[in-house]
Amino acid sequence: MKWIALIAVTLTGSLLLVGVGDFPEWGDAHSAANEGPKLESGEQIATAVSQSFLTDTDELTQVPNVVTAVLADYRGYDTMFETVVIFAAGLAIFAILRVFGGDEVKPMRAPEDDTFCEGDHSRIIIGTTCKLLIPIIQLFALYVIAHGHHSPGGGFQGGVIMGASFILLAIARDLKSALDWFSEKTFMRLASVGILIYAGFGVLCQFFERNFLDYGALKTVMFSSEQMARSYAMLGVEIGVAFTVTAIMFAIYANLSSRGELKQGL
Amino acid sequence: MIPIFDYILLIFLIVAAVISLKVKDLLSASMVFGIYSFLICLLWAEMGAVDVAFTEAAVGAGVSAVFLIATVYNTKRRSSD
Repeated sequence: MKWIALIAVTLTGSLLLVGVGDFPEWGDAHSAANEGPKLESGEQIATAVSQSFLTDTDELTQVPNVVTAVLADYRGYDTMFETVVIFAAGLAIFAILRVFGGDEVKPMRAPEDDTFCEGDHSRIIIGTTCKLLIPIIQLFALYVIAHGHHSPGGGFQGGVIMGASFILLAIARDLKSALDWFSEKTFMRLASVGILIYAGFGVLCQFFERNFLDYGALKTVMFSSEQMARSYAMLGVEIGVAFTVTAIMFAIYANLSSRGELKQGL
Repeated sequence: MIPIFDYILLIFLIVAAVISLKVKDLLSASMVFGIYSFLICLLWAEMGAVDVAFTEAAVGAGVSAVFLIATVYNTKRRSSD
């Protein structure tokens, strides 16, 4: 059986490597993806859409980071369902792992009492370090979310960093104190609210008789030009994404580390 | 792109991938998998895809390694094959 798998893997791998040979050179400005399709004689048939992304984005959306503009505006519908996929992953983890009460699973570790024991010094060090680190991590996460359309970053990355700060709290102390901050009810609600924010921006555009997620329609609500409305709406949408990602990242960790009981973690 | 830097990264990438497959201790395997993700992140940053590199650093090297370790702690630590 292992040999069949090895043959299949080698075959697929070599096919992929053969395919790589047809790729244009890295950073080739004259490739079809960058300049548009060409005939054999070198005659240009059409201009590639990437050219207009690079030249017009700053003018049309006032967003310097083209990647964010493509992600949240030009293909906003796609990104919305990417967020839904993350939400669905959280729901799947919830559906598979979460147990309510029921039969007692024996605790992973002997319950700790309050007396001072061997490892307590290191626990003080870890606890203090995390107390200092977590606010900085969360501040950085907020910066990444808010600054996503000017520099690399955005809702997904910022949300993951924010979720990681709660995971750090759960690892450094215990799952219970992290859940006191961010209970199951809160994070499941937050995850849904994030998607509703995203979809809400889309539906709001439809009220102004424009297409779903056509942010330019929001200029009357945002009291700004059409370009700035697109920029602001992108920020709003990124915040929605960040809500969902933060909540789901912590939800997955909490369920995985406590076998779905949400009582005692690692 | 700096070719020599690329070659070093790619060699480390293959080494990390093989180690994470071969190691019997699943905790070490997930740590090495985190290293693998981080090397890919460096490769992307070096090719100029900074947004993708950022995502890879946060999701691949950060959170998914934590998920794997949390799972390893709740199952068996040693791989059976």
